Amino acid sequence: MISRRKFIQLGSLASASLMVPSFLKGFEFRPPQLTGSKKKVLVVIQLSGGNDGLNTIIPVRNDIYYKSRPQIGIKRDDALSLNDETGLNPKLKGIKQLYDDGKVAIINGVGYPQPNRSHFRSMDIWQSGSNARDVLTSGWIGRYLDNSAAEANLHNSLAIEVDDSLSLALKGEEKSAIAVRDINQFHNAAANSFFKKIASHEEEHDSQLAGYLYKTLRETTSAAEYIFDQSKIYTSTQSYPTTPIGKRMKTIGSLIISNTETQVYYVSHGSFDTHVDQKNRQDKLFGNLDEALTALVADLKQNNRFEDVLIMTFSEFGRRVAQNASNGTDHGTASSMFFIGGSLKKPGIYNNLPNLEDLDEGDLKYDIDFKQVYATVLDNWLEADSKLILGRKYDRLGFI
Amino acid sequence: MDLQQQNKLLYARAGFGILINDYHNPLPVKEAVEKLFPKSLPGVLEMITDQEWADNTPKAMKEIADDSLRKQKQKEFREITNDLNTLWEMAMVNSYYPLLEKTALFWHGHFATHIDNPYYDQNLLHIFRKNALGNFGDMLRDVSKSPAMLQYLNNRQNRKQHPNENFAREVMELFTLGRGHYTEDDIKEAARAFTGWNFTDEGEFIFREKQHDDGEKKFLGKTGNFTGDDILNIVLEQKQTSVFITQKLYRFFVSDELINDKHVNELAKHFYKSNYDIGSLLRKLFTSDWFYNDKTIGAKIKSPVELLVGYQRMLPMQFDKDNTILNLQRILGQHLFNPPNVAGWPGGKNWIDSSSLVIRMRLPEALFGTKELNLATKDNDKEIAGTMKMGKGKDKTTDKQFRVGKVAVKWDDYLNIWKKYNRQELPGLLAGFLLPFPLPDDKLTDVISCADSSSDDSFIKSLTILFMELPEYQLV
Repeated sequence: MISRRKFIQLGSLASASLMVPSFLKGFEFRPPQLTGSKKKVLVVIQLSGGNDGLNTIIPVRNDIYYKSRPQIGIKRDDALSLNDETGLNPKLKGIKQLYDDGKVAIINGVGYPQPNRSHFRSMDIWQSGSNARDVLTSGWIGRYLDNSAAEANLHNSLAIEVDDSLSLALKGEEKSAIAVRDINQFHNAAANSFFKKIASHEEEHDSQLAGYLYKTLRETTSAAEYIFDQSKIYTSTQSYPTTPIGKRMKTIGSLIISNTETQVYYVSHGSFDTHVDQKNRQDKLFGNLDEALTALVADLKQNNRFEDVLIMTFSEFGRRVAQNASNGTDHGTASSMFFIGGSLKKPGIYNNLPNLEDLDEGDLKYDIDFKQVYATVLDNWLEADSKLILGRKYDRLGFI
Repeated sequence: MDLQQQNKLLYARAGFGILINDYHNPLPVKEAVEKLFPKSLPGVLEMITDQEWADNTPKAMKEIADDSLRKQKQKEFREITNDLNTLWEMAMVNSYYPLLEKTALFWHGHFATHIDNPYYDQNLLHIFRKNALGNFGDMLRDVSKSPAMLQYLNNRQNRKQHPNENFAREVMELFTLGRGHYTEDDIKEAARAFTGWNFTDEGEFIFREKQHDDGEKKFLGKTGNFTGDDILNIVLEQKQTSVFITQKLYRFFVSDELINDKHVNELAKHFYKSNYDIGSLLRKLFTSDWFYNDKTIGAKIKSPVELLVGYQRMLPMQFDKDNTILNLQRILGQHLFNPPNVAGWPGGKNWIDSSSLVIRMRLPEALFGTKELNLATKDNDKEIAGTMKMGKGKDKTTDKQFRVGKVAVKWDDYLNIWKKYNRQELPGLLAGFLLPFPLPDDKLTDVISCADSSSDDSFIKSLTILFMELPEYQLV
């Protein structure tokens, strides 16, 4: 926590606004800076519903793949060639370009032991960063917030989910991220005059819980104002698509370029639950994702921030190797992850494609535990202590 | 604490908030408590008749040759869960016995399952409501043999040759003893005893003897050729089970965070002695002097369902859109029949984060006032994802946005009651009715300054909405 002394020092600044209840708010009067220390930023893209890894990173030389997917297998000639045996989904043209520029790492076969095929449970496992057997009530990014220095978290906006409600991944034991889908709306809602008036009452509460609610309210109001002010610093000249994912990427892009203190952005895209007519749906979703990502990367490059940003994708599971009778695929296990950024240590395809000859009742066996990936991101990118966050040490991967 | 405060606290905890008439006509505590207990067992909340189920059993589904037709039918059937959800919610709103529904809600979180089969959900809900204030042992046995639980915790896959320990583990860890009161060996042995517990295509419990391991087991210090029923009986013999359940009931009804061990142990002893009579335990709790203590007030955060049901019990109202309540359950984090995992909803502070608090504070104005509130639900909400349209012609995905529907509130009775008071005393009295504890004067003044005082009616309405927006209103 910030010391009381600091609060007093900032008091004169804070009093500039009549509605300032809390010492936290003092910091909003620090002039916004476009220059200065540029922190590393992580953007997490959740592909909800279970994205089919095999039609994302395509084993174009594998007969088993084509035999298992007579209708929905993606032909070698249609796929975007990454190397002799690997193709990329044809809708991911922007990512292909970035790949050729050495800005993409692909990790195959990411999963966990005793995979769960329920959307909800498997998403919980990924978001909480737990084993299949343990049930945690906090998320991996939330625990990153718990363990990060309070100094860095002055506005309670160290992590933002660009959505109306907060995912488990961003809830910590003590701290949580904030959820903001639309910055202006959120500002109008959280910083309305009645809420601010109410939040300004700092009486001692007999009820601990009332104290907790008021603290949450003050932090939210403060974050809403801070993010609102930041969002005005930089207006993107880049044209983003007007799809939901495009709008979200635009929000993320402008906040990053304004050098907002936020270190983690989280966004969901989907649903990839392609039981029926997979091609049509995955094409649309990938098309939207690719356009939005391309715009974000261009914006970041134009403003010299691409080196500070790491974008990652994940999904709660991949899908079965064999297609079903509805030209779709059912729930499976391991899937692939993309890492996109201006300063990857080892771009390219990190590990072997999944072995289609060695399946577990028709499903891929995982090659890399997703918690190893988290540990790598936490330690090597966010400079955190992954052991505190994940409960044990994992071997890190060398891609960042 | 005066009688009115006692009644308010009782109805807030044993139900979903006090009705305005009860608030103005408080009863002696013993009478008020007795009034909460139904004299007969509740009927089934029936959304699916047996005939409809017969048309939708897995067997009936298999007979549909056309793949997409079958998937469509399965989807339609699954969606009935939403109607069951609404039906139960309405029961909570309209019941004369809110304690029954509130306790059933507790058991739904305790024996959490999520299975996408509304008929099994309906049966399980009936087990909760039938036994809510009855015998815990009976409920444990019924739940353990219900298709919902057998399916959710994989006991169908639990066979002599390949035991599956999922149910055996959770029945001890989450349903009865709590962590630390059994060993990994106890789990393995119990799993063997539950082998062969299964259900038929029609959803009837069946004991498949051929899959059952009838060998000798060592369980919690006892040895014998135990069956699943034996295991449940042995678990019920452990005093720890009464302590574990009582602790959890205490957190649900009394306090999220402050646990008084002395009171819990007293109650647990009583619970054990009564052979797990839940109604008797709750009677004792709600008639205890220590319950009506200032420390109890505001010691709980309302769950989303409590909040939403509470609105509707306070004022008669009609939602203009059917899906408002369902969407709000989702977005506030308590979607009935969809608990997050086998441990149920963690509750307490977990209900509140920056976004859920702001949404809770904006809801009264959106529902009863003039402002609009549009919210987006998450892609990973399966039902929504499943029905998402993405035809060939469309090149944009859309946010799963919904507008929080307006409600038509019947204010007349409410206004008539409060109009009797003058404008000086009214704010304090309204706050006393709506909030768990009184507001300090300066805060009350701030609230009044934001109210619409153009007429008596608008003054009462706007004050009511403003009080409901306060963080204090989230507490109970």
